[in-house]
Amino acid sequence: MTQTIDTQTVKHIANLVRLGISEEEAQTFSGQFSSIIDYFNLLNEADTENVPPASDLANAENVLREDEVKPSMSREEFLKNAPNSEGGYVKVLTVLEGQ
Amino acid sequence: MNHLTIQELRQLLITKQISSVELTRATLQRIREADAKVQSYVTVTDELALEQAKRADERIAKNENVTPLTGIPFAMKDCISTRGVRTTCSSKILESYIPQYDATVTNKLNDAGAVLVGKTNMDEFGMGSSTENSAFPATKNPWDLTRVPGGSSGGSAAALSANLATFAIGEDTGGSVRQPASFCGVTGIKPTYGRVSRYGLISLVSSFDSIGPFARDAYDCATVLEHIAGHDEKDSTTYQSPVPNYTSTINKPVKGMKLGIPKEYFVAGMDAGVESAIQEAIRQYEKLGMEIHEVSLPHTKYGLPVYYLLLFAEASSNLARFDGTRFGLSVSENAKDAIDIYLQTRRAGFGDEVKRRMMLGAYALSAGYYDAYYLKAQKVRTLLRRDFESAFASCDVLLAPISPTTAFKIGEKTDDPLEMYLSDIYTVATNPAGVPALALPCGFSKDMPVGLQLIGKHLDEATLFQVGHAYQQVTDWHKKLPPL
Repeated sequence: MTQTIDTQTVKHIANLVRLGISEEEAQTFSGQFSSIIDYFNLLNEADTENVPPASDLANAENVLREDEVKPSMSREEFLKNAPNSEGGYVKVLTVLEGQ
Repeated sequence: MNHLTIQELRQLLITKQISSVELTRATLQRIREADAKVQSYVTVTDELALEQAKRADERIAKNENVTPLTGIPFAMKDCISTRGVRTTCSSKILESYIPQYDATVTNKLNDAGAVLVGKTNMDEFGMGSSTENSAFPATKNPWDLTRVPGGSSGGSAAALSANLATFAIGEDTGGSVRQPASFCGVTGIKPTYGRVSRYGLISLVSSFDSIGPFARDAYDCATVLEHIAGHDEKDSTTYQSPVPNYTSTINKPVKGMKLGIPKEYFVAGMDAGVESAIQEAIRQYEKLGMEIHEVSLPHTKYGLPVYYLLLFAEASSNLARFDGTRFGLSVSENAKDAIDIYLQTRRAGFGDEVKRRMMLGAYALSAGYYDAYYLKAQKVRTLLRRDFESAFASCDVLLAPISPTTAFKIGEKTDDPLEMYLSDIYTVATNPAGVPALALPCGFSKDMPVGLQLIGKHLDEATLFQVGHAYQQVTDWHKKLPPL
């Protein structure tokens, strides 16, 4: 199932990961992606009939603890790295229109 | 004294023949002299280091809470959070980011009294095998400044190799400790997944990432791992089991132990000089009385596609947090809404390799391709894990090459991402399986270091150190220093 990843698809997935790209970049990535994805098709040869996905890790077990209130980073400290803040809040531009 | 081991320096420190301040000054001086050429450090923490060294000297003077690491200068890969010291992941998006908290590893090293001299260069977010994918100048290999140090922990390996620190902390997601250790001729370990806390590590692949040390020999690596490993309530994937005292069992003889040689790792494509160094090491183990057995890891050829597919998928999700809102770079010129800021910030802040991997991850997870790529890779991951389980049913430890070549030239593979990925062929299978692996220098090919890896059972780092140490007692590859 060799498939090429055209520039339209590249722009679509760039938008999925919220990445601005130019037409020129889309073209470069398109060529590179097709050869990489083609290589991944090697996996089709592997027989995975009745093989479960490794969704868990070797040491996976539920870890529980008491829900205790403990001091955490102060608001002032947290906001030190925020590019934009006001009145103790992180400031952002409009996310949803018409609310 | 910059070339001495932790063990040797510790003796000098506790017998007061040197002070930590003197040792730290000597390290900082060496960094000033040599790092203009090697460019292993992104940030040098002169002031903090001298302060920590002074405190270490006080601890030693009062004989209070002195550990083997008290007063020892070390370097930290720049993906591990250090409170008050900028932590960049070698990315423009974090170029001025100063964490407000310490990673658990940072905390533990502070508690042990180790002295942080700086943060080291890496491939951006750990994405690369050469340290060329850095927003900072590429690190050079101390053995040949026209070659790469390997990656992604290339700065840490090069700093140690050039005597710019006594040990260095790295992080291995698919070979990022072992391959640079091999390229720079130093010892390094990728511990079992879950042995060292990931709290405060800037994630690449949350289910693969393993923090581990580089040091001058297996003994020193064991010493550092003893201090950074262990359960952490802030990382629920860490093992509850106590950390063994690795150095207390390191001298046990290896006679009669079973060494497995995975035949799939010895196929066409390996440089002749690399192969002969590895074969010589196997003969050395035979002389030490180990039983050599050929074993099979039949799904090895799928290791690379499994590794990269899962990496792309997990990384694309992990990197969603860099959005110019709460921390890091924020580009908002003429932005009309929040999405505009995301698009502009991420375009300006991420390098090409990071962009490629995020997009490929979104592709592999997207509707219509999830079953064919992501789910399929998770199933083959089960097969990779079973390969190791069945190999370890008949042997104690496996020995394999780390890289098919020695360090390649700067710029040699930057135009072809797939070719760069293929250079990771021998290291990537261990991370999806979670098993530990120790990298040891084992010779030279055309004047460049060659390394081998010993792969162990889950949580059996003790055996890796024991087998690695036995080799280093009868060879001196780990003592060779670059002509710098």
